[in-house]
Amino acid sequence: MHKEHAEAFPQRHSHSAGPPLGPAPGRPDGSRRALRIGLGGPVGSGKTATVAALCRTLREEFSLAVVTNDIYTREDAAFLLRAAVLAPERITAVETGACPHTAIRDDISANLEAVEDLERAAAPHGGLDLVLVESGGDNLTATFSRGLVDAQIFVIDVAAGDDIPRKGGPGITTADLLVINKTDLAPYVGCDPAAMAADAKTQRGRLPVVLTSLNSEDGVAPVADWTRTRLEAWQQRETVSQ
Amino acid sequence: MTVAAALLVLTDGRFPAGGHAHSGGAEAAVRAGRVTDSATLEDFCRGRLHTAGLVASGLAAAAAAGVHDPRTLDEAADARTPSPALRRTSRRLGRQLMRAARAAWPSPALDALAAARPQGAHQPVVLGLVVAAAGLTPQDGAYAAAYESVSGPATAAVRLLALDPFEATAVIARLAPDMDGVAGEAAEAVRGGVDALPAASAPLLEVTAEQHAAWPVRLFAS
Repeated sequence: MHKEHAEAFPQRHSHSAGPPLGPAPGRPDGSRRALRIGLGGPVGSGKTATVAALCRTLREEFSLAVVTNDIYTREDAAFLLRAAVLAPERITAVETGACPHTAIRDDISANLEAVEDLERAAAPHGGLDLVLVESGGDNLTATFSRGLVDAQIFVIDVAAGDDIPRKGGPGITTADLLVINKTDLAPYVGCDPAAMAADAKTQRGRLPVVLTSLNSEDGVAPVADWTRTRLEAWQQRETVSQ
Repeated sequence: MTVAAALLVLTDGRFPAGGHAHSGGAEAAVRAGRVTDSATLEDFCRGRLHTAGLVASGLAAAAAAGVHDPRTLDEAADARTPSPALRRTSRRLGRQLMRAARAAWPSPALDALAAARPQGAHQPVVLGLVVAAAGLTPQDGAYAAAYESVSGPATAAVRLLALDPFEATAVIARLAPDMDGVAGEAAEAVRGGVDALPAASAPLLEVTAEQHAAWPVRLFAS
C-alpha cells in the first residue's frame, strides 16, 4: 500500500491529474465557488463509506458539503446523516428517477441546483471549499459530466473481482483518481490488490491509483491526501484569478 | 421569424431539463394498481393530458404570447395547482428548464424571470418564455406542454412496469389527436384574460402527489 502512494502521487501535479483547464473557478457574479469532486463506482464498492471517511478527515480543515444521488432516493444521504459526518444542512439528496447515471452525466440540472443551493445556504457562514457529489451505485460505464464536477474519483473494490481493472470502462480509465477499496478483504476473496493496481495502471497511463482499506486506522488517507492537493491547486487558481 | 425545428430540440426527451427524474404521477398510480399495462397507461395519460396537461398548455401558450407579465402567469399557475408538492415540483422543473434554456436560447426575458424567481417559476410559464426565445409560436408552446404531460408518465411507466417500450410509444402516438385538441383549445383560450385560461383539475393526481411526496422509498421525485 505504501508503495502505491509513492507511485501514485508524483503524478498529482501533472497536467492529466491537475485541475481541468477552463474559465476561472468563480461564479459569474464574482463570488467564490467550491471545488466539486464526483465519486462514482459500482454498487457496494464503498463510495458512501469513502465520502463519510473523507468528511471526517477533512471537515476540520475545510468547509464541506455532500450531494448524494440515490437509486432509491435518500438511502445514502440517510446513512451520512446517521453517521453525523456533517451537519444535516450540508447534505442534500438528489432523486434520479431510476437512472443515476443520467443525473450525473446527461442531465445534470438537478445536481447543479443542489450544489448551488448548498453554496447559497453556506454563503453567510463563510461559504464552501469542497462539494463531494456521490453518484448512485451504477455500473462501470458511469462517469460525471465535466459540467458538474471539476474532478472525479472512481471507487471499485477487491471483492467484486480482480478482473475489473482489466475490463476497463470510462470510470476505470479516465477518472482523475482510481480507488481500489477493501484491500483488507483480499485474502478472503482470493484476490491480489497489487495485480489489480498494475492492471489499472496499464489502463490509465499516468493517472493515479490508490489502494484503501477503510476499516484500518486513517484508511482513507490516500484519498484525503489527493483531495487536499486538488483543493490547494484549486484555491491557488482562485487566488490568481481574482 | 419562427424557427420550427427548435420545437424538436425543445421537446426531445434528451433535452437536459430534469424531466427524467419525474413520473408525472405514474409511480403513485402504478403502486395503487391503477396503471398495470399499456391500456391502463393510456387511460392515465389521457386523463392527465385533459386536466394537468390542458392547464400547462394554456399557461405555456399564454407565456409564449407575451401578452401578460410572466409573474402574473406564475401566480395563475399557483392558483391552478392546489397540491403544495406539485407546486414545488413545478417550480423545481421550471428552474431546471430555465438553466438549460438560457444556454440554448439566451434571452433577456428568460434572464428577467430567472432574476424575479431565483427558486424557479412554474415550469409551463418558463416553457412559454423559452418557446418565444426559441422563435416559436404560442401554439408551439401549447403543443410542447401537452406532449410533455404524457411523454413523462409513459417513459416512467417503462421503467416502473418493465413495460414494452414499443407499446408505451404506441400509447403516446395514439394520444396524438387528443394532444392536437388540447393544444388547440389552450391556444384558443389565450385570447381571453388570465382568468380565462384553462383551470381543469385532476383531484386524484393532486392527492396522490401529496402521498407520493411522503414516501420514504420511491424511484421518482414526483
